[in-house]
Amino acid sequence: MRPKFELLDNSLIERILAEAFQLIDDPGVRVAPYVVDLLRGAGVSVTDGVAHVPEALARRLLDLVPREFYLFSRSGEPAIRYGGDNVHFDPGSSCLNILDSETQQARPAMAADLVRLIQVAEMLPQFQAQSTAMVCNDVPQEIGDWYRLLLVLWYSEKPVVTGAFSASSLHTLIELLAIESGGREALREHPRAIFDVCPSPPLNWSEFASQNLVDLARAGVPAEIVSMPLAGATAPVTLAGSVVQHAAECISGIVIHQLAQPGAPIVWGGAPAIFDMRSGKTPMGAIETAMLDVACAQVGKYLGLPTHAYMVAGDGRVIDAQVEMESGMSAVLGALAGINMISGAGMLDFLSCHSIEKLVIDAEAIASAQRLIEGIEPRGDSLAIGMFAQVGLHGDFLKLKETRALFRKEQHFPSAVIDRGLPDMSGEASGILQRVRQRVEELLSSYQRHPLHAEREKEMIAFAQREGRIAGLEGLPEVLRLEYAHEPELM
Amino acid sequence: MLDDLFSTMRQSIIDGAPDMASTLAQQAVASGIAPIDAINRGYVPGMHEVGEQFAKGQMFLPDMMASAEAMRAAMAVLDPELKKLGEERPMAGTVVLGTTKGDIHEIGKILVGTLLSAHGFRVHDLGVDVAGDKFAAKALELNADIVGVSALLTTTMRNQKGVIEALEKAGLRSQVKVMVGGAPVTRRWAEEIGADGYAKDAISAVELARELMQKKSPAVLAQT
Repeated sequence: MRPKFELLDNSLIERILAEAFQLIDDPGVRVAPYVVDLLRGAGVSVTDGVAHVPEALARRLLDLVPREFYLFSRSGEPAIRYGGDNVHFDPGSSCLNILDSETQQARPAMAADLVRLIQVAEMLPQFQAQSTAMVCNDVPQEIGDWYRLLLVLWYSEKPVVTGAFSASSLHTLIELLAIESGGREALREHPRAIFDVCPSPPLNWSEFASQNLVDLARAGVPAEIVSMPLAGATAPVTLAGSVVQHAAECISGIVIHQLAQPGAPIVWGGAPAIFDMRSGKTPMGAIETAMLDVACAQVGKYLGLPTHAYMVAGDGRVIDAQVEMESGMSAVLGALAGINMISGAGMLDFLSCHSIEKLVIDAEAIASAQRLIEGIEPRGDSLAIGMFAQVGLHGDFLKLKETRALFRKEQHFPSAVIDRGLPDMSGEASGILQRVRQRVEELLSSYQRHPLHAEREKEMIAFAQREGRIAGLEGLPEVLRLEYAHEPELM
Repeated sequence: MLDDLFSTMRQSIIDGAPDMASTLAQQAVASGIAPIDAINRGYVPGMHEVGEQFAKGQMFLPDMMASAEAMRAAMAVLDPELKKLGEERPMAGTVVLGTTKGDIHEIGKILVGTLLSAHGFRVHDLGVDVAGDKFAAKALELNADIVGVSALLTTTMRNQKGVIEALEKAGLRSQVKVMVGGAPVTRRWAEEIGADGYAKDAISAVELARELMQKKSPAVLAQT
């Protein structure tokens, strides 16, 4: 039996959906001019920038959304299956700061930090996808979105959760992905990346977000709605009320997306949170935030849709017991909820800071959560009687062939980050930070970059140099050394 | 008797009861109580109490919002009376607030405005998606002491610099302190664009505004 965690019964889900359908009709959803004709063409009334979407139309369009789809690895293998109760994890994304490995103080993230994080995540099987985890402060802001994607494509073979910073830059990112995939059609058939698209709470599809939805649908690149109701601030204070708003934002986004291209892949996702009534912060590690994630995903699952949530993030400012308690709890809940893509590992301080060390500790929590959802399986003809028949009341189970045959299936073995009482080389007890730093170095030293297809690599470099030069980028940080920047003939 | 009335006014602010605050203000005006007394001995102590309780974690942001609403209701009655008398309420400073061009997020900014009001600042909120020249025009019109610019997105954060440039262009930069905030904003960014201060949340924004006022005119703050 696969263990499962649910917070809503079917009658409450029906109420949530009934109110969500009502909201998208009245008061309606604020939409950008870019999609007004598209909506009106389907019979949606749009007045003063507010669309009033009838339930019947929304339900018809929800039925068109693929129930499952894949993201592919660089080699073209299906690597992530969105849909059902499949669970995958990826590092949190778009962080401005990093917790410096040496000082454990937050500082602006640089391209070199992102590369280290990608390499570590590449070596950890707990992360089935990479993310464009940081905004590189040494890269001009206007090209920051595609540059971080370039770094992921350069150093990783896993699928990528990414996103554009503007309506126009989406096309640059898609162009880059198309080069890597071997053309637009290849990208459509075997998409390697999925793009997060965020409505503005409450119920507002901005120009940027509306346009991203439409353009992704038409390019055949999967979209992931990241609806962010903040309970008590930009959404109703009740958890149930915020789940309604999340549903309304997702449904209205799907309406726009499916009108642009029926049957295009899209994910019911989000980063909801409660709003702390003392600090005005949005704690990602609060249990109510995890409850919102689970409940929102449950509504998406009820509709049969692929799901996403933002979990495994803690709110303390350093790696400490609070941060890991919060991250571990939400990793377990997310896995039990069967959420298809769970983003957020590695992040702390209200999503403002990434930490490679935390990412590695989170991977241990994720591994435990993954073991948990495997559940308890009966193995063999009897559960215990057969083994007792062999050892009797002596109880010497260690020597049984069943023990040797089955212990690896029954027990998960964490890395040396987790203290299981094994003798330390030094003979001294080491702290978590010491153990995790050692693990990071081991992962980095075992990482090996596999070059892309030679022609595509060359094309990507030419593309990056051309686009980078427009923005005044000197060289291609972490891809090519500065001195080669203006000498494309060396390529 | 008068003390009882002031005490009830104070309580109407603590309770976050705008109707009560407004009714009491009307009663005060009808009874010939000086509006400035009603403000300084009734309502302002209420806001101080709210601020203190908030700092101690005994009151919460929704309570603070309700108290600010009650304060506004009282002032809607008393401000016109003050004007009739040619008087003005002493303020901690005048702040023009807004979310930068291209950005429609305002919850953080609203909180900052509410807390600043609660601490005796005159706040003019320009709303969201505000261009630099609008900040400058309003700062000029109100003879503002501080301009506060909020941004939630990395993409709109750079427009904070545009506000500073607009203030420079309008010849106001030497008179107006600029404070910046918002999720992606850092102290380093504030320094880079030449802002006078950065606040990581609404509570520290109040401290920052006080510090900026002290730098601007130490003598004035000492009187308030």
